[in-house]
Amino acid sequence: MSELANANAPVVVDRLRAWNSEAIAGVIEHRGEITLVVPHKLLRAVARQCKEDPELAFNQLSDATCVDRFPAEPRFEMNYQLLSMSRSQRIRLRTTIGGQQPVVDSLEPVWPGANWMEREIFDLFGIRFEGHTDLRRILLPEGFEGAPLRRDYPVEGPR
Amino acid sequence: MTTVETAIGTAKTMVLNMGPQHPSTHGVLRVLLELDGENVVNAVPDLGYLHTGIEKSCEDKTYSQAITLTDRMDYLNPLGNNLVYCLAVEKLLGLEIPKRAQYIRVMMVELQRISSHLVWLGTHALDMGAMSVMLYCFREREEILKIFERFAGQRMMTSYIRIGGLALEPPAGWREQVKRFIDMMPSRVDEYEELLTNNRIWMARLKGVGYLPPETLIALSTTGPGLRAAGIPFDNRKAFPYCSYEEFEFNIPTRTESDSFARYLIRVQEIRESLKIIRQAMDKITDQGPIKAEAPGVIPPQREKMKTEMEALIYHFKIFTEGFSPPVGEVYQAVESPRGELGCFIASDGSPKPLRVHFRSPSFVNLQALPSMVKGQLIADTVASIGTIDIVLGEVDR
Repeated sequence: MSELANANAPVVVDRLRAWNSEAIAGVIEHRGEITLVVPHKLLRAVARQCKEDPELAFNQLSDATCVDRFPAEPRFEMNYQLLSMSRSQRIRLRTTIGGQQPVVDSLEPVWPGANWMEREIFDLFGIRFEGHTDLRRILLPEGFEGAPLRRDYPVEGPR
Repeated sequence: MTTVETAIGTAKTMVLNMGPQHPSTHGVLRVLLELDGENVVNAVPDLGYLHTGIEKSCEDKTYSQAITLTDRMDYLNPLGNNLVYCLAVEKLLGLEIPKRAQYIRVMMVELQRISSHLVWLGTHALDMGAMSVMLYCFREREEILKIFERFAGQRMMTSYIRIGGLALEPPAGWREQVKRFIDMMPSRVDEYEELLTNNRIWMARLKGVGYLPPETLIALSTTGPGLRAAGIPFDNRKAFPYCSYEEFEFNIPTRTESDSFARYLIRVQEIRESLKIIRQAMDKITDQGPIKAEAPGVIPPQREKMKTEMEALIYHFKIFTEGFSPPVGEVYQAVESPRGELGCFIASDGSPKPLRVHFRSPSFVNLQALPSMVKGQLIADTVASIGTIDIVLGEVDR
């Protein structure tokens, strides 16, 4: 991983830093993909800026997923894949969440499509989303206990 | 899966449980419909009946072992699933794939796109009461499956696309077989269109049904034919070319009506475009050349080399006992599946097993648009709306 080599990265980073100097805590470039590390508290504001700034125009949320870095702390890493159709660009927003009562702001108010993606993460990782309108399990049955995609959940299930 | 009765249902309306065994839900989707007479007031999809934990299983397998799991997600597009997973691992490794292998990949996934659209067309026509179309579509799909069987030894769960290239050299006589198919297909597509496009019942059942404005579709993260039927020409093959798609000439069909009929026309047009791509790919595929990248330690060595070279034998042993370890990092790779953007996110921690594999499945995301699509429509139109989203439940639930 090296810092900033992609030609498109500086534009996005400069735009966001000009808007709020604390918006981006770090930039990671790996295999031509840009990841912007965003402070936990600013996530929704940065996402909204990415969508609404006409120079950025990330009009669609392609994907949202979580990576569990157990036993490291903060263990959860949220990854959001943003897509700008007009500019044919993808970018990833990342924020980290601690393992004690993991909560993060929902992006549903920005992109309604985040609804099911966040329900899936809630279901499989047990992360709560602040401001989500319908936070219920989506894939697993209602009485299911535990969050199976966490690294400390055994592959063969609880014994 | 949740009980949804608490969420909806007032004195005036009735809750109807559609599925999970309803034939038009193409698998095991359950939709709770809140009805006011014949009109749908609200719809709540309930998923998870086919959840098999594929993403969790991937974490416990080496990178190459997980390929067979990807086949089983979207069972109408197994080659596309292989492709997105392999492209993501190759990106993680920084592997360059030989052109010949790339063109064969393109040809195979385009054949797969046609076969997937044929199953969609056949079953959707069946849902709408036009039984004969299904028989025609499955007749042509059979020809494609025969091609796959000769290439990969399997009709459906092919696992033909592997990390670094392909599993096998194309079989003898493949050109004639594929050529026979693409020569025959245009007239067969005309045949379907003759049966459906100007059919008054077909039009009455589909036109104006399941309309959503383009802004709503984008906001709900919809991709694929559903979005292109709303006039947005977004296609990953053009926007973010992979497998040398930039070298192929083809159009992205779009419509502006954004209803079920427009989605039908888009898919039929896509079959014709795929045929164009296959024809070009066949010209580009040379008879000789490598089908695997040169990457000792990642790609299993050739049999002959193992009998003469010590290193080859060691690499073979290591690949199949412990696997290979890509560098630390994350990648996201998207391809255009018949249903929309199929994405694969892989996080590597530098060990032979992935830290996290996530599939962004188009069926799952597109299905989100169903409640907004059916609100205010008649019950019978719900069937048409579910059909034109084109979901595969194996992929929705993974």
